[in-house]
Amino acid sequence: MPDSRSWLARPFTERSTQIFLAVLTLSVLAITLLHVLLPEGHPLHVSTFTVTLLGKYLCYALLAVAVDLVWGYLGILSLGHGAFFALGGYAMGMYLMREIGDRGVYGNPELPDFMVFLNWQELPWFWQGFDMPAFAFLMVLLAPGLLALVFGFLAFRSRVTGVYLSIITQALTFALMLAFFRNEMGFGGNNGLTDFKDILGFDLRTDTVRIALFIASGVALGLGYLLCRGIVGSKLGRLSIACRDAEARTRFLGYRVERVQLFIFVVSAMLAGVAGALYVPQVGIINPGEFSPLFSIEVVVWVALGGRATLYGAVLGALIVNYAKTVFTGIMPDAWLFALGGLFVLVTVLLPKGIAGLFAQRGWGRRSQSSAAKTESASGSRPIEEATA
Amino acid sequence: MSLLKEMATRDRVFDFLTPRTSPVDVTHGPILYLEDVSVSFDGFKAINDLNLTIDDGELRCIIGPNGAGKTTMMDIITGKTRPDSGSVWFGSRHDLLRMSEPEIATLGIGRKFQKPTVFEALSVFENLELAMATDKRIFPTLAARMSGETRARIEEVLETIHLKEWHAREAGILSHGQKQWLEIGMLLMQKPRLLLVDEPVAGMTEQEMERTAELLTSLAGRQSVVVVEHDMGFVRSIARKVTVLHQGAVLAEGSMDAVSSDPKVVEVYLGESDG
Repeated sequence: MPDSRSWLARPFTERSTQIFLAVLTLSVLAITLLHVLLPEGHPLHVSTFTVTLLGKYLCYALLAVAVDLVWGYLGILSLGHGAFFALGGYAMGMYLMREIGDRGVYGNPELPDFMVFLNWQELPWFWQGFDMPAFAFLMVLLAPGLLALVFGFLAFRSRVTGVYLSIITQALTFALMLAFFRNEMGFGGNNGLTDFKDILGFDLRTDTVRIALFIASGVALGLGYLLCRGIVGSKLGRLSIACRDAEARTRFLGYRVERVQLFIFVVSAMLAGVAGALYVPQVGIINPGEFSPLFSIEVVVWVALGGRATLYGAVLGALIVNYAKTVFTGIMPDAWLFALGGLFVLVTVLLPKGIAGLFAQRGWGRRSQSSAAKTESASGSRPIEEATA
Repeated sequence: MSLLKEMATRDRVFDFLTPRTSPVDVTHGPILYLEDVSVSFDGFKAINDLNLTIDDGELRCIIGPNGAGKTTMMDIITGKTRPDSGSVWFGSRHDLLRMSEPEIATLGIGRKFQKPTVFEALSVFENLELAMATDKRIFPTLAARMSGETRARIEEVLETIHLKEWHAREAGILSHGQKQWLEIGMLLMQKPRLLLVDEPVAGMTEQEMERTAELLTSLAGRQSVVVVEHDMGFVRSIARKVTVLHQGAVLAEGSMDAVSSDPKVVEVYLGESDG
């Protein structure tokens, strides 16, 4: 329900957001403490391996939130969000490569190993500046944002929507994958970027840095979630739902639908970029495989499983599916895709609104009882029986 | 230099991007003026040399058999369809053929679709909030807060369209007639100069129809209203002036009595519906 609070302050008053932030903060804290305080070998000790794995999940969760923002609230099914994730990852990877300095196999202070191997004499222009972390982190936002801006501008201006748009996004990430596979592109080709040593001067292999990256991922997820909640709870969020459900109607009300779509698409791409940037130092490699269309589709499956248009559903979906993936690929690697398919079928049949649909039934939905009651008393009209059909 | 300075001010969109909205000039006569408008789809002439003028504050009913071009005419006025030839003017200053749909809507032409189109996932209140005449660019919309003034305006319209008790309910659960009203309410929130209303009473009960007739007649005078309708009883109850469309052109125009006794009209339209 519309109210008089500012769009950034509003999420803090929503019950679902309060619960989400509390659970996220407590989990991140608990895992950190269990790792730091308990000695190795203690049954409750969380190993560095697990911490890094969970950090990776948190990055995936942020990516899922970004996808839910455009799919759930704007109705744009992007099958190419992996491209924005990977671009953010490459921007971070380029910084980490430059940070290696002369400690590479070939000891070249300027050129990363793969360039020396390819007999390149000097650094390509687009690698300039990536030795400065501030510049690189800016690129984490700008590279995916710019791609989304140009792509979205062309697509939305021509009013490409629905299945066609989904196919084009798929083509986009596929084209980028093929391009990044080429050695001539200057991004390490098939092998991608790897052998990272430091981040901001700290050794990536130390426990402290691993924990710091895990916490950073949790913070990024929390902030990204808040930003998205702020948007979807604002009038712009309601406008985006309007664009999703009745585009022509929205246009006749005087809104520029293509600009709404462009804005939200770019914000989502930037969030995906941040997720990719935090993912790369934790897994220690970025290669063109992240552009794979399959990965982007998998992200959509996470969101569908978790429940569209709730944001917390996307987070749940990403965490559950990836945890299941880790467990399954450990026990029976060949059965994983069958398990994922089975899970997808089960959820679609039993929980059409995804896992989040379970919570919504308990009054966690968009219109929580308390906020509806508040608007009620504020508008001074007579009480209305609450029924959200 | 002044352009640079303008680009530096972040609180507004560059001048050349803002819609050309200046007040509608009706001092020289009609509010809407269509002249020799033609449009064809795959060789079929949907609109054929159509001439139509609507005066400021007028309530006009447009009738005609299926395929007479009523909806196409609305599409042309609202910028959805571009005619092959002819001119369309809003007041004496605005050439509608050079404007986009949002520009035309911002200028003050509101449209109700044939099939009621409301935002079903949003509440009745939120539907009206989105329709409100206000700054509709991205960042102002993101930062928009609900002011007392806005709330009062929405409640006033809720009262007018008899949906006050339903304001917190999702629009999707409304009955067909209520959706029609909500859509009319959304038009009112836009504070339009000209309302284009496509089949407002389709699917309404007798009582709802009466209320709708009341509502539309009360709007005329302050706003110009163009109603396209099939229901003859309804047209008779509200119309002062009726235009009959046939095969994309005006067949007859005048009071309901004059029109319904016109032999040409009886032949193409009334005769059919009677038989």
